[in-house]
Amino acid sequence: MSNMVMSADDVRRAITRIAHEILERQHGPAQLAIVGLQRGGAWLADAITAAIRHIEPSTNVPLGYLDVSMHRDDIGLRPVVPGAISRIDFPVDGATVVLVDDVLYTGRTVRAAMEGINTYGRPRAIQLAVLVDRGHRELPIRPDYVGKNLPTNLVDDVRVASEGVVVTRDGTT
Amino acid sequence: MTRPAEVSAVGRVVLKDGTIVDSRGEQRLDVAMENGVVTEVGIELRGDRLVDARGCVVAPGFVDLHAHLREPGKEEAETIETGSRAGAKGGYTALVAMPNTDPPQDSVAVIDFVREQGKRAGLLEVVPSGCITLGRQGEALAPLAELAAAGVRLFTDDGSGVQNELLMRRAMEYARGLGVTLAQHCEVTSLTKGAVMNECQCCTSLGLPGWPSIAEELMVFRDIELARLTGARVHFLHLSTARSVELVRAAKRDGLPITAEVTPHHLSLDDTRLTSFDTVFKVNPPLRSLGDIAALRAGVRDGTIDALATDHAPHPRRDKELSLDQAPPGMLGLETALGVALGVLDVDLVHLVRIMSTQPAAIAGISDRHGRDIEVGAPANVVVFDPDLSWTVSPDSLSSKSRNTPYVGMTLRGKVRHTFFNGVATVLDGDAQR
Amino acid sequence: MKHLRSIDELGHDGVVRLLELTTHMVEINSRQVPKVPALRGRTVASLFFEDSTRTRLSFETAAKRLSADTMTFSVSTSSVNKGESLRDTVETITDMGVDAFVVRHKSTGIPWQISDWTDACVVNAGDGWHQHPTQALVDCFTVRQALGRDRFDGLTLTIVGDIKHSRVARSNISAFSMLGANVVLVAPPTLLPPDVSHWPVEVSHRLDEVLHRTDILYMLRLQSERMSQGHVPNLREYAEAFGLDARRVGMLPPGAVLMHPGPMNRGVEMLIDPSTLTNSLIHQQVSNGVSVRMAVLFDLLAGESSASHLAQEAS
Repeated sequence: MSNMVMSADDVRRAITRIAHEILERQHGPAQLAIVGLQRGGAWLADAITAAIRHIEPSTNVPLGYLDVSMHRDDIGLRPVVPGAISRIDFPVDGATVVLVDDVLYTGRTVRAAMEGINTYGRPRAIQLAVLVDRGHRELPIRPDYVGKNLPTNLVDDVRVASEGVVVTRDGTT
Repeated sequence: MTRPAEVSAVGRVVLKDGTIVDSRGEQRLDVAMENGVVTEVGIELRGDRLVDARGCVVAPGFVDLHAHLREPGKEEAETIETGSRAGAKGGYTALVAMPNTDPPQDSVAVIDFVREQGKRAGLLEVVPSGCITLGRQGEALAPLAELAAAGVRLFTDDGSGVQNELLMRRAMEYARGLGVTLAQHCEVTSLTKGAVMNECQCCTSLGLPGWPSIAEELMVFRDIELARLTGARVHFLHLSTARSVELVRAAKRDGLPITAEVTPHHLSLDDTRLTSFDTVFKVNPPLRSLGDIAALRAGVRDGTIDALATDHAPHPRRDKELSLDQAPPGMLGLETALGVALGVLDVDLVHLVRIMSTQPAAIAGISDRHGRDIEVGAPANVVVFDPDLSWTVSPDSLSSKSRNTPYVGMTLRGKVRHTFFNGVATVLDGDAQR
Repeated sequence: MKHLRSIDELGHDGVVRLLELTTHMVEINSRQVPKVPALRGRTVASLFFEDSTRTRLSFETAAKRLSADTMTFSVSTSSVNKGESLRDTVETITDMGVDAFVVRHKSTGIPWQISDWTDACVVNAGDGWHQHPTQALVDCFTVRQALGRDRFDGLTLTIVGDIKHSRVARSNISAFSMLGANVVLVAPPTLLPPDVSHWPVEVSHRLDEVLHRTDILYMLRLQSERMSQGHVPNLREYAEAFGLDARRVGMLPPGAVLMHPGPMNRGVEMLIDPSTLTNSLIHQQVSNGVSVRMAVLFDLLAGESSASHLAQEAS
């Protein structure tokens, strides 16, 4: 059975809120950079960056994308998605990099992303923004900005898009 | 002491219910053998030991004009004993041993050694060939008269051909005086340096150095013309190309004393086998095109080709596990020749026996004791084979010391059941008796 | 994909997949720290029976940038002659625990023979005159990058020189044809294989006649030993007929590019300094070499299940 846990409006509001929180946490946007994790985090990073630019039109927050497949600890289990290439064409050294992903689950993707970011330079800080935190962490990783905390079962399928968030539960549990 | 292979220990042996196939045709008769000779041919014969030949062909034992037995010098690959056993299992009662041993068969001492080792094994007659040139170096004649006096009837530098035209002419002139036959490995080596496979489309794509047909045909042509000039008897070893067959056909039409052989592998396997990069398919001359195969088969059918010869060339595993350019050429043949021949040749059994026994015996100069019709008084060199029995080639079942057969896993139709050498069973029901 | 032994074995989809993956590797190589942990714990053994410093270094750099461990066995032909069969060598190294062999040998077929003797992946780094698949991938990627197109339909690749003895030519004929290019071979008949009628190529013996319709001019190296073998009378005559000079560069249409697999024979097939030409891709061929080989090693050692897991896109 499928259940829509966030509507399109919920998603839009969450993005706006996260954008505000990100700006509040920085001492101005000067050193801020947004990096979406390929592939699910890319559109969300676009949306958050757009929201930040809307709130602070005078600033130019750099936006990049990171493909973490080469940094994963479960390489071979996940495909390298054609076209989902890394693109970080701004200096990472000294910046506060906000990693953006759609769903936070085991934390392994984020761990790989933190390692990946380091191959571009040494950021002042790395923060994490996710639309949905569904729990079941396997690593000591905690998000800085969360759209919605969503307790799930291990077997649940969580689908995230700008049109909303849908949880599909197998069977009757 | 050598084992007295001529004496049968079991008295009168009778081959029951088989079909005799020899130059006279086919006859459904029993054959009795005693003391190494055929003593009676008839119906419902009785004897001390009856050997079942039902559904089988009873024929004069096969004669291979072309076996590399590797002894002396390369006993790791084969010995005269293991090669003889492989031969017996293939239905052979005589093998012509090629001279590219180490030392080569260019002296009476080595010839005697090879013949004696054959007698010691006692499984068939090992007929040593002699070198045409000293050390097979192609520079000076071997002592052909001495070797002929020691019983050699067939001379060859096999492994290589005699390149020098003048030397070959002299060899032919000299051989004619001795009444012996020269057998040529036809390969103009300046055209085949480093060659691995047939020069063809396949070699283009594989990037392997090609062995062009013309390297064989030039020497076939040269030796036909030298035979015309000198009157010498010339035998062509392992012909592989359509044009070679055509040249021999024309020479025979002219009445020249030319004979020729072809191998089972050149009749059955084409050059695209090399696309597997398996060195077992590297052989000299190389596997050729389907067109060549068809021409060779036609040559057998119309009598241009006189003999089926195996070019049995054992190599130890580690030699064949080298790269294609380094691995030695050659493949096993003795134990699979009959099955391959029955599968690919469109000839009747009488013709098959002619090219596997009668004619090679004549070319080898051993017709007094091999390749004779199954009649009273003939030496009891006999093969009994089932022309319809299918079997799958497995390397472990081979008696050769080496395993380089290209027919692994293939199903052949036709298998030797019994072989008798001078009346003694060397193979019974497919198993070597010693 | 278990082995990379020839372009034909890889097939069109495999070529496209590896070229796509190479773009990821190019990005990694542009980072401040061009190293990822993808192949941590894997071991790549380079088994070079024939000297080739640049190809070997290219593979070893690729392996190291993916964090694989590397072993190098520079096997001189003499040690093979000492009685150890190739199989013994391969089995011994396999027993040491390797995940991939990168093999270069002067004989055709060695990568196939080796893959019969080991469970490890085998990458052909050049076998005789037969195949050099990673070079062809490098060349396709370089053209793709330079011309900004994924397919080569309508493009003419002209390969000039010693086709007969060239594994680079054989691999490139396959790879460029797969991507839609027309291929023209230009050589004297002595430097062509015996029968190319089954290849998807056009053959010419006059370079000047094809230059005007060439989009990619690929010059092959002429080894001086070809003269002693009677393939060409002398280098001067070869250079005259098949060497690239300023006049011939001028005959190329605008936008045509120049390639060479290296190492170059200046004064033989190259009569001008290609670094003075704006349309030369020779440096890109070298720099893309590492990225392509990273893609190949990653695909073999970490991408085995990629294809079957495409549905399971990262969540």
